[in-house]
Amino acid sequence: MTASNEGSRLIDEMKAQSGQDPADCYQCAKCSAACPVTAAMDLLPHQVIRYLQMGLEEELSNSKTPWICASCFTCAARCPRDLDLARMMEGVRLTVLRKREGNKFGPADLTPEQLEKLPQQALVSGFRKYNK
Amino acid sequence: MPRTGVFLCHCGSNIAGTVNIDQTIEASRNFPGVVHVDEYRYLCSEMGQDIIKKAIEDNNLDRVVVGTCSPRMHENTFRKAAAEAGLNPYLLEVANIREHCSWVHKDMEEGTPKAIALLRAAAAKVALNEALEAPKLEVEKRALVIGGGIAGIQAALDIAEAGYPVDIVEREPSIGGRMAQLEKTFPTLDCSACILTPKMVEAAQHPNINLITYAEVEEVNGFVGQFDVKIKQKARYVDPVKCTGCGICWEKCPAKAPSEFEMGLAKRKSIYVPFAQAVPMVPVIDKETCLYFRKGRCQICEKECPPQAIDYEQQDEIIERRYGAIVVATGFDQMDPSIYGEYGYGQHPDILTGLEFERLFNASGPTGGKVVRLSDGKPPKKVVFIQCVGSRDKARGMNYCSKICCMFTAKQAILLKEKLPDAKSYVFYIDVRTAGKGYEEFQRRAAEEYDVAYLRGQVGKIFPEGDHLVVHGVDSLSGKVVDIKADMVVLSAASIARADAPELGRKIGINTDSYNFFNEAHPKLKPVETHTAGIFIAGACQTPKDIPDTVAQASAAAVKAVGLLSKEMLQGEACTAEVDEAECSGCLHCVAVCPYTAIDAKEIEERYGDGTLKRTVAEVNPALCQGCGSCSAICRSGSINQKGFSNEQILAEVDAICLQR
Ligand SMILES: Cc1cc2nc3c(=O)[nH]c(=O)nc-3n(C[C@H](O)[C@H](O)[C@H](O)COP(=O)(O)OP(=O)(O)OC[C@H]3O[C@@H](n4cnc5c(N)ncnc54)[C@H](O)[C@@H]3O)c2cc1C
Ligand code: SF4
Ligand code: SF4
Repeated sequence: MTASNEGSRLIDEMKAQSGQDPADCYQCAKCSAACPVTAAMDLLPHQVIRYLQMGLEEELSNSKTPWICASCFTCAARCPRDLDLARMMEGVRLTVLRKREGNKFGPADLTPEQLEKLPQQALVSGFRKYNK
Repeated sequence: MPRTGVFLCHCGSNIAGTVNIDQTIEASRNFPGVVHVDEYRYLCSEMGQDIIKKAIEDNNLDRVVVGTCSPRMHENTFRKAAAEAGLNPYLLEVANIREHCSWVHKDMEEGTPKAIALLRAAAAKVALNEALEAPKLEVEKRALVIGGGIAGIQAALDIAEAGYPVDIVEREPSIGGRMAQLEKTFPTLDCSACILTPKMVEAAQHPNINLITYAEVEEVNGFVGQFDVKIKQKARYVDPVKCTGCGICWEKCPAKAPSEFEMGLAKRKSIYVPFAQAVPMVPVIDKETCLYFRKGRCQICEKECPPQAIDYEQQDEIIERRYGAIVVATGFDQMDPSIYGEYGYGQHPDILTGLEFERLFNASGPTGGKVVRLSDGKPPKKVVFIQCVGSRDKARGMNYCSKICCMFTAKQAILLKEKLPDAKSYVFYIDVRTAGKGYEEFQRRAAEEYDVAYLRGQVGKIFPEGDHLVVHGVDSLSGKVVDIKADMVVLSAASIARADAPELGRKIGINTDSYNFFNEAHPKLKPVETHTAGIFIAGACQTPKDIPDTVAQASAAAVKAVGLLSKEMLQGEACTAEVDEAECSGCLHCVAVCPYTAIDAKEIEERYGDGTLKRTVAEVNPALCQGCGSCSAICRSGSINQKGFSNEQILAEVDAICLQR
C-alpha cells in the first residue's frame, strides 16, 4: 500500500464530480455510525474519506463500499463538517466506472431517433458514466 | 504668517536609507511659513526631543512639523515635548515618512520626493491648526459588575479589596452561577460548594460590595468614567430586611414548579431560594405559579412567616446609579441537544446533559446524591458519554470547541466509579483535548486507573431495548461498529452564549461575535477590554472556559477597572466634532452615522424679520464624541467639522501635494 496525497487523479475527479473536499473531514466517524448498511461494507464510510485523504487510489478502486452505499444521505445529514459523503461516494463510483469501462458510447454513437426518444436523464447518466 | 519648525528623523537607516535627508531639508526650507529646519538620528530619544524643545524656545516657533514614523507610534511623545516647551500640543503635526514612505519604497529616487510632498502637506495643514484643549472628565469611583457567577464574584472582590465600592447585579435570586450547580471540580476534585460558598459569603459581607440580586440592567447611558445605569429590581414579594431566612415559608408553601437550578429534574416551591447555600438567603415568590397571585387564595407564607416579611404589594423598582467602570460577567448556557434526533434527548429520562448528570452527584440534588437512573431509580452499570454534541459542528451546532467537556466528562466518569465501583464508563470522542495544568494527567487517570473506555468515534443512534438504551457507534481506530447496551447516556452539550447576550450587548454598547459571545478588544493583547472604553468582560461570557481561566480573567478585568477608578480625571478627546449652527440645515444625517450616539437634535431660536424662528440643528456631545469623523464626511453642507481635521485643513494638505509638484 502506498499513500500519497499529491496529484491523485481519482481524488481530483471525485472532487470535481461531487464538489466536496476530503480535506474538510476530521475523521469523527459520525457517518459510519449513522450509515445503515455498514454491515456489508469492507471499508467504513469514514475510512473511504481517509483513503481519499491519503490518496489510496488502488485500494479504493477495489473496495466494495462505494457500491454498497445506498445513497440514503444519512451520512450527509449528520456530518458535523457539512460534507456530503453520499455525493463523494457517487463521485468515487463515477470515477471508477469511467476508468474501468473506458469510452463506451457518446452522442455520436446514437441515431437521431434514439437521441430523441430516449429519456434525457438516462442519456445524461449514461454519458457521465461511459463517456470520457 | 506662522513660524513653523520642521524636524526630520533618520530613524537610523529606516528613513535615511530611502529618503535623502539633505535634499529634504533644503526643500523644507522653502515651504510657506517655515523658519527653522533641523534633523536628528533618533528624534524620539531624549536628545531628539530636546532639539525640538530648544528650537521652539530659541526661534519662537508657533507651529511644529515632525517627519518621523506613524503618529500611532510617537505623536504623543512629540506633543508632550512641544507642551513642555510651552506650545499647545495640537499645534504639532506628524508627517509619516516611515510607514507611509521609506518602508514602502525601495530607492531614494522615489522616497525623497514623496517625503518632501508629505512634509509640505503637513506644513500646509499645521498653518491652519488651532490650539485645542482635551476636556477633563471626572471618574465616578464605583464599579458595576453584571452577573454574579464566579467571574462576577471574583471581579467584585478584587475591586472591593482595592478600596472601591462595587454593585453586583445578578438576574437570579442568588449569586453563584453555574459553579454553584457543580459537584466537584477538575482537576483536583475539590467540592465546588466548599470553595465557592466562602467567596459568596465574603462578597455578601464585604463593606464595599452591594448585592443587587433578582435584578437586571435596563439601560446604560454615558461614557467611560460616567456610565448612568438603570437597574430593574424585580419584586421579590419578601422584605429582605425583615426576612431571617428561616425557611418556614418554602417548607409550608403548597405550590410547586420545576426547579431552574436543578435543570427541571426536581421541583421547588413557589416561594423559594434556588439552593441551600443561596446568598442572599432571602426567598422570592414566583408569581406565575403562586396560588395567591393566580387565584387570590392561599397566603400561607404570609401567615406562617415569623417576622412578617411577606409583602404581596411589592413592586418592581428602578435603581438609577452612576458608575465609572463596568465588568460584564454573564456566563454561559448549555445547548439544548434535542435537535440531534439520533440521540433522543428529551424522549427518554436516562438520556441527560452533562450539567443534569452533574446534579445527580450532589447530596442536595434531585436524587439526594444517589447516581441512579431517573426511569427506575436503579444504579447504572454502563454509562455512555458522548462528546462534541453541538460543538465542533458547523452543520447543526457551533463550529468551536467548548473546551471544558473533555475535562468534566473525565471528572464525572471518575466520580461515577468512586460512587458505583461496578459501573463502567464509555466515552465517544473525536479528539481528547486536555491542555492545562494537571489536566492531561487527570484525564489519563480516568482511562488508566478508573477503567474508563475511550472510543474514538461518534454515535449514530440510540434506541431503547428492554431495560437498556442501545448506543450504536463506531470506533474509528479499529474500524469496528460498536453497540453498547447502556443504562444511561450523558451528552456533552455545547457551551453556548446566553440567549440574551446580544440584547444586553446593545444596551451597554459592546458587541458580540458570530456565536453571540462578547468580543474582546484584541484577541491577544486586550483580552478583557472591549471596544468601549470603561467596559470590561470576564468569564464564560467571552468564550467557553473553565473556572481557573474564568477567575484569572476576572482578576484581570478587576485590575483594569481599578486602574480606571484610581484616576482623578480622564483626558477626553480634543479632536471632537463641532457644528456650525448657522449653516446646519438640520437634516440629521450625522445622527444616523455616529457610532457613539454623540449627536442629538437641538431646537434653536433665530431672529427672522421682526419675529423669531425655531429650527432644528445638530448638537455634538463632546464627552461622547470619539473624533471618528463620520459626521463631517456625511454632512451635505459641510457644517460639521472635526477639530484638528477640518475640511479646510484637509484640503490644504491635498493642495500642497497636488498643486506644487
Ligand atoms: C457540566 C459542567 C461541569 C463543569 N465542571 C467544571 C469543573 O469541574 N472545573 C472547572 O474548572 N470548570 C467546570 N465547568 C465550567 C464552569 O461552570 C465555568 O467555568 C464557570 O461557571 C464560568 O463562570 P462565569 O461566572 O463566567 O459564568 P456563570 O457561572 O454562567 O455565571 C454567570 C452569572 O451571570 C448571571 N447572569 C446571566 N445573564 C445575566 C444578565 N443579563 N443580568 C444579570 N445577571 C446575569 C447568571 O445568572 C449567573 O449567575 C463545568 C461546566 C459544566 C457545564
Ligand atoms: S461525519 Fe463528516 S467529518 Fe465525520 S468522518 Fe464522516 S465525513 Fe468526516
Ligand atoms: S420569608 Fe419569612 S418564613 Fe420565609 S424565610 Fe424569610 S423569614 Fe422565613
